[in-house]
Amino acid sequence: MNLEKVIFGFFILLAATLNFGFVYGDIEVAAHHEANELFAAVVVNVIATLLKFGDRTQLGAVHLATSLVAVLQLLAATVLWFFAARDGDGTVAPSQMASIVSLAAGAVFANVVSVVMLVAETLTLRR
Amino acid sequence: MNSPLLLALRRLRWPLVLLVAVYAIGILGLVLIPGADGDGNPTRMGFFHAFYFLSYTASTIGFGELPGAFTDTQRLWVTVVIYLSVIAWAVVIGSGLALLQDRGFRLALTERRFVRKVGRLHEPFYIICGYGETGALVCHTLDRWGWRFTVIDKDPDAIDAVDLAHYTSDTPALAADASQPERLLAAGLRNPACRGVLALTDDDDANLAVAIAVRLLNPSVPVLARAMSRATADNMASFETDHVVNPFRIFGETLATALESPAMFRLILRLTTPHHRGPDVDDCPPRGRWVVCGYGRFGREVVEAFDNESLGVAIIDPVAKDPGRRHHVIGLGTEAQPLLAAGIRESVGIVAGTDDDVNNLSIAVTARSLNPELFVIVRQNLHSNRALFEAFDANYNAVSAEIIAGRCLSIIATPLLDPFLERARRQPDGWAAALLERIDAEVSRLAPVTWSVTLDSNDAPAVVATLGKGETVRLRELLADPADRSQRLACIPLMLRRAGEDRLEPAEDTPLRAGDQLLFTGRTRARRDQQATLSNLNVLDYLRTGRNVPGGWIWRRLARDAGGAG
Repeated sequence: MNLEKVIFGFFILLAATLNFGFVYGDIEVAAHHEANELFAAVVVNVIATLLKFGDRTQLGAVHLATSLVAVLQLLAATVLWFFAARDGDGTVAPSQMASIVSLAAGAVFANVVSVVMLVAETLTLRR
Repeated sequence: MNSPLLLALRRLRWPLVLLVAVYAIGILGLVLIPGADGDGNPTRMGFFHAFYFLSYTASTIGFGELPGAFTDTQRLWVTVVIYLSVIAWAVVIGSGLALLQDRGFRLALTERRFVRKVGRLHEPFYIICGYGETGALVCHTLDRWGWRFTVIDKDPDAIDAVDLAHYTSDTPALAADASQPERLLAAGLRNPACRGVLALTDDDDANLAVAIAVRLLNPSVPVLARAMSRATADNMASFETDHVVNPFRIFGETLATALESPAMFRLILRLTTPHHRGPDVDDCPPRGRWVVCGYGRFGREVVEAFDNESLGVAIIDPVAKDPGRRHHVIGLGTEAQPLLAAGIRESVGIVAGTDDDVNNLSIAVTARSLNPELFVIVRQNLHSNRALFEAFDANYNAVSAEIIAGRCLSIIATPLLDPFLERARRQPDGWAAALLERIDAEVSRLAPVTWSVTLDSNDAPAVVATLGKGETVRLRELLADPADRSQRLACIPLMLRRAGEDRLEPAEDTPLRAGDQLLFTGRTRARRDQQATLSNLNVLDYLRTGRNVPGGWIWRRLARDAGGAG
């Protein structure tokens, strides 16, 4: 067993699950989407991106690309949340919540691609 | 791909992960721990404010407790986070600095910069492998002529010397082994602007490797390779290296020519010696008995030259390498005794040709004191000892670096000169003397300049355009003065190369054809004037017809009407 592989797989899967957990629920209902979970998703995604740095293979390059996409989408969602909550009492209007969640949902797609690649890579190893 | 960015990201991966983790923990703590506003009501810090607070705290900017004063619980947590974040930043900065110090990383950086600089070269350039004394001589002259070049040398000090040389243009230089093909490719071997590769390292094997690599990787680029031993030279010639430059061989051949035909020797010196040298180099080694000190690669070539003329030679060398056949004295030649034993008093000249400069000077001084009439040839191994050799003032200094650089530069600047001299050597003795007299009379007694012209759209657009109209241009017209066609320029056509065939001293009424290559010798002014003829259609028309053809359209119309009326 390779510790590096464990950590790598752990962060990639965690990035995808946290992201999915945040998106899961009614798209317009603010109560279904937890701010802490978005924060955790951003952090774990950034760490997953850092872990993919410096891999020179073709697969590694695509891995890095998917992570960069996910981080970009999640950061966009975070910034949107900041602007939505800035005015007023900190609650987010349903229409703005929908925008935030749809951005995060895009990140889920990128993370799923990442997980699929991880699984495919592992299957080709056969050991 | 050894990209420095990828390398940096790889090395900084874990420090950056640590930093992100510390920030995440700190932010999460600040968000979860309840605070209190001025009235004691509980408040919660948002993610944005937590990130803002941590950003200025962790980077030790420290604006204070914003947006409101913290509770004691919050302060406890912030204390923990401050220490954690300082440690994380220290790790990141430390790893970054270690990376910058790293030799491999610095190499990757300099190589990347080198490749980028070479890629931006769009003017014609040469690749110089080996920046020793020879390489530096070649580079300085190329720079003066306005050529660009790239330099590869194994020795980082040599690369520093390139930077300190203050060339007019920025010169890409890389400390690397030139015998590795990928280094040659990095230096621009496949760049379309590359005009040639000069393998000038002091290692014959490296030069050989460069020559082979160029032959295989880009056969259209000519190679000039230095070879100090005959075996290497033969090896290079076997795979058709364009120009093999063996300084000892060149010197031996020149000496042989000088002994056989003094007029030919003077002609060669006149055509190949740079302008600033005086006519005193014209004195010729006398025929008679010679003493050669040092029987190595240099000595062998010299002795062979004397043998060709069946002149008596005595050899002084610590080791008898050729026993029985010759008059051989064991010794260095730095003391009087071996020189006397070799018969220095009865000899006409001495060649001090060991591979040690101090010994050579010592030999030369001793020999001259024993026989002041001697013709002294001294081998100078290091260019940097020039002051010593100038002070001694031998009849002839054989400097490898200068011989190699001179030959390489002559091949680059006047490619026809070498074939011309090759042919000239086979002419009878009277021919050289006659040509020499002609140069003295028509050009100058000092060293003239020699140049080649190719009749193509680049070198001679006016000639090509005139020939394209079906009219004839004769050689005579390139020799006339653009200011007054009855006057002749101070230059002489030496050779005409047409379709691979060489003609020495072509007749002046020869009709020229596009693609002809011509070799001239003459004054610098004549060369400049001739360039005007080659490139300016009006000047050429005047020289051909004697009429001053008007340049503008209106004047041309008027001239035609006047001609019709008259």
